[in-house]
Amino acid sequence: MITILRKELADYFTSVRCLILFILVLLASAGGLYAAYQGIRGTVTETEFVFLRLFITSGEAIPSLISFIALFVPIIGIALGFDAINSERSSGTLNRILSQPVYRDNVINGKFLAGMVTLSIMMATTMLIVSGYGLRMIGVPPTAEEIMRLFIYLVFTIIYGAFWMGLAILFSILFRRIAVSLLSAIAVWLFFGFFWVNLIVPVIAKTTEALLMLQRLSPGTLFGEATTVLLLPVWRGAGLLTAGEELSYMIPNPLSLTQSLLLVWPHLTTLISLTAICFGISYVVFMRQEIRAT
Amino acid sequence: MCDLVDGEEMGRKIVVETQDLTKRYDGVTVVERLNLHVAENEVFGLLGPNGAGKTTTILMLLGLTEPASGSARVFGFDSTREPLKVKRLAGYLSEKVGFYENLTARENLKFIARLNNITDAESHRLIEQVLQAVGIADMADVAVGKFSRGMKQRLGIADVVVKKPKIAFLDEPTAGLDPEGINQILDLIASLPQTGTTVVLSSHRLYEVQRVCHSIGILSKGRLVVEGSLESLGRETFTEGRYRIEVETAETSPRLIEVINKIGGVRKVETKGNLLLITTDSDLRAEIAKAIVQSDVPLIQMKVQEFSVDDIYMKYFHEG
Repeated sequence: MITILRKELADYFTSVRCLILFILVLLASAGGLYAAYQGIRGTVTETEFVFLRLFITSGEAIPSLISFIALFVPIIGIALGFDAINSERSSGTLNRILSQPVYRDNVINGKFLAGMVTLSIMMATTMLIVSGYGLRMIGVPPTAEEIMRLFIYLVFTIIYGAFWMGLAILFSILFRRIAVSLLSAIAVWLFFGFFWVNLIVPVIAKTTEALLMLQRLSPGTLFGEATTVLLLPVWRGAGLLTAGEELSYMIPNPLSLTQSLLLVWPHLTTLISLTAICFGISYVVFMRQEIRAT
Repeated sequence: MCDLVDGEEMGRKIVVETQDLTKRYDGVTVVERLNLHVAENEVFGLLGPNGAGKTTTILMLLGLTEPASGSARVFGFDSTREPLKVKRLAGYLSEKVGFYENLTARENLKFIARLNNITDAESHRLIEQVLQAVGIADMADVAVGKFSRGMKQRLGIADVVVKKPKIAFLDEPTAGLDPEGINQILDLIASLPQTGTTVVLSSHRLYEVQRVCHSIGILSKGRLVVEGSLESLGRETFTEGRYRIEVETAETSPRLIEVINKIGGVRKVETKGNLLLITTDSDLRAEIAKAIVQSDVPLIQMKVQEFSVDDIYMKYFHEG
């Protein structure tokens, strides 16, 4: 498996696709930083969690860094996985590998792991770049708690990206044509990210509770909520702690790290299990798929 | 239906064996009750028209496809239950060979060598050697994306040979090659048994099969029509198992024919000008030559009549 992992990693790092993704990510971090630069001066009235504001402050017209990341992570995940298996199948290399003494699961494990490593490097780079430049910009060093929160956020982004990559890999196994697998993955992303949350759920949900429940079926909502809880400690997620009008009576005290973690724990497990389900189905389908003569 | 023509391969070790191997795709039987035998260190040709089930048979032997029923054994390992053990011993050149186009020829081979647990130091030497053998040593460090179809095919052969397999399954190994390339590759294939590699190749270019194969099996619509060594098949097919020896002499005389007729084992002597066609029970060339020379007739040439794969193939296809 190490051999396949090494090869896949080498492939990723020398590919034009990865270069484009990296440029995209860099642009996003630059945009996020600029937004923070515009917004942070006016809004900082509290003294707590100033450093985290770098990530969540939006500018006049530019969205905040976390919204950039929320947008790009699925794209990166899909881009890393959509042609994992079917491109090898159509170029005839899959047959060649499978006729070597390797277990089939090693092929898919190697690909998934290589994607995870690439994804992790990309996200970690982004966070470090933003933190570095942000530190120069605002001159306030992060506290230990902020670092912890940012690290947990990083873990979340990687798992969220892994989910989309797992889904894309699943489609690359199910569909023989690369265009079909790419479009299917994008369709799922658009459906859950936009239609489901903004159009379908508001129509079918009768109560606020049902609305939130149904919205949380979308991985994007899960990730968004978790992000906010982690990076905006004063935020009381609607329906997470309290519902309805009680919210307006609350004193805006920040939650402690452990309390925040407790809140996002279900989100984390759900995202991990969604990823595991995608991976599991890929696994079963791939193991049973036949190599055919034509 | 299937005549098994057993000749001299009786005493030899059988390394590929299938028992009633059957495969169906969506209810269509592609391979039906196949009983195939390949002896060690021979080149076995799997013949048949397109869609006869040659590739499917090879895929089942490698354990890449599961049979509907029946079993396949390669070097004693069950292809379905122990595919990894089979793959460790077997090399496979698929009909539609593909490489990582962004890697060089050398890198592609190195990847395969690593998957086979060959150390880098050893693979370095091996790769050099096989690239030389298939005639693309000068292209070793060029990305495969720039290769022509024929060069990829050569690299495909190198890819099989680099792992030093005990058995090589080659599906249409000469497809897309120029005549010179075909010769080079056929020579390489013919030399493989000497280094301990048994070869099973599928092809429908009969003259190539004729050149390199010791034994053949003819498939038609998923069934094995005939199997056996080329030589015995030819004799079996056309002369009921007898030899036919062609002798060219400077002159013929009734006395000479009489002398030859007296040699034990000679069945029939026909004349065609200065050509004698002698049908015998066994290879009696030495005795016949002696008789001719003793009769003071200059002997110009003699040979055992050979049967081309073409003849065999066509004959079985008319029957099948």
